[in-house]
Amino acid sequence: MTELISDELPITRQHPFDPPAEVTEIRDKARMSRLRFADGHLGWLATGHHQVREVLASPKFTNDPARHHQSDARFQGEVPPERRKVEPGMFLSQDPPDHTRLRRMLQGQFTVRRMNQLAEWIGTIVDDQLAHLRSLGGRADLVKEFAMPVPSLVICAILGVDYDERHRFQEDTAKMLSLDSTFDEAMAAIQRVQAFMRELIARKKENPGDDMISDLIATGEPTDEEASNMAMLLLLAGHETTANMLGLGTFTLLQHPDQLKVLKDEPEVIDNAVEELMRYLSIIHFGPVRTATEDVEIDGHLIKAGDTVLMHVPAANRDPEKFPGNPDELDLRRPASGHVAFGHGIHQCLGQQLARIEMRIGFSRLFQEFPDLRLDVDPEEVPLRTDMGIYGVHSLPVAWSA
Amino acid sequence: MKISVDQSRCCGSGMCVLTDPDLFDQNEEDGTVVLLVEHPGPGHEATAKEAASLCPAGAITVS
Repeated sequence: MTELISDELPITRQHPFDPPAEVTEIRDKARMSRLRFADGHLGWLATGHHQVREVLASPKFTNDPARHHQSDARFQGEVPPERRKVEPGMFLSQDPPDHTRLRRMLQGQFTVRRMNQLAEWIGTIVDDQLAHLRSLGGRADLVKEFAMPVPSLVICAILGVDYDERHRFQEDTAKMLSLDSTFDEAMAAIQRVQAFMRELIARKKENPGDDMISDLIATGEPTDEEASNMAMLLLLAGHETTANMLGLGTFTLLQHPDQLKVLKDEPEVIDNAVEELMRYLSIIHFGPVRTATEDVEIDGHLIKAGDTVLMHVPAANRDPEKFPGNPDELDLRRPASGHVAFGHGIHQCLGQQLARIEMRIGFSRLFQEFPDLRLDVDPEEVPLRTDMGIYGVHSLPVAWSA
Repeated sequence: MKISVDQSRCCGSGMCVLTDPDLFDQNEEDGTVVLLVEHPGPGHEATAKEAASLCPAGAITVS
């Protein structure tokens, strides 16, 4: 069997909501293909839904960044593996048993029941933010006034971070995710947020509050260093992801008036609409990455120990083998569950049930309160986050009848 | 039809509870799966299978 080899991952999107057309072409030829990595390593590119799931579910792959071949030097330049060492508590980049031990300290806090109990409170945050939006007259940037503040207020309150201190981490969390940051700039940003977190942990030890960080410390399980890195991870994850789904999702719905009408006419479609928007948009450009720790067969291909696999979630979420019909079309009534936008395997998003509720309430109430919400610029003028690890819109100028 | 769960594999994603809260719950302490019904009736056959297929950690088996 001849193998399809790409010398570089195509990253240019032709359309704001779709993965790069070249990646779709690669998927339709070979759902597991070869990819040349930045250091010359001939690794793998997984673009099929089934193949991505299989890699993410397999215990024969590590998520230790120091063991990955670097996929791309176009961002951050070349970074030697020893500089990609994982710090204690960064469980997203760890394998069992460390990952299991740390994640289990938090899992009880993010159960479906706990998150459902927060729905009413999240509703008041959304309503307050919509009232604020209305107070601005008839036009505003939806990202700045709604999509960003809602998840930010929610995660800050859950963790016990003072929202008024957000200037101490918001710029830095953005720098960590910016593809334009050099590695040193991203590291410096991480260190500043770590310093803020260490200070916060010390404060919580003195004066515990009714919040997740205080609860985590009270268990006596994590070390201070682990606790501060875990808290940083939750803050980062809670900030940048849902905010971009709300911003990009609203842009998408405004550009699909027929689907927006479905949401307005059939409000009960909202749970599935959230899943479909997740599937359709994915919001990461590409990734995640795993490296085989032993020889393993994936979909008939032998992945050798040490081989790195770059998975392409946006392509996998448009795979017609999993989502038949026209997967490149947004269809809020389509059975969309099983998408891999939250990942798969043991690292699947810890905060996904919180994110679902924020999106469910956020999208529903936005369009109930502002039924005539419209784009206030040409769609081509909406600034896209092509420069950020998490995709979305930098701003979304909208207007409504005041 | 019989459902079995493996708590040691579970990563607390909550996908099973989201799919069928009549069959699955989560432990308050560490969020791991709690099986509520071992032998579900035919009305829950489809959701039991869906929960098993959606489980990110492969912690649910339906036989």
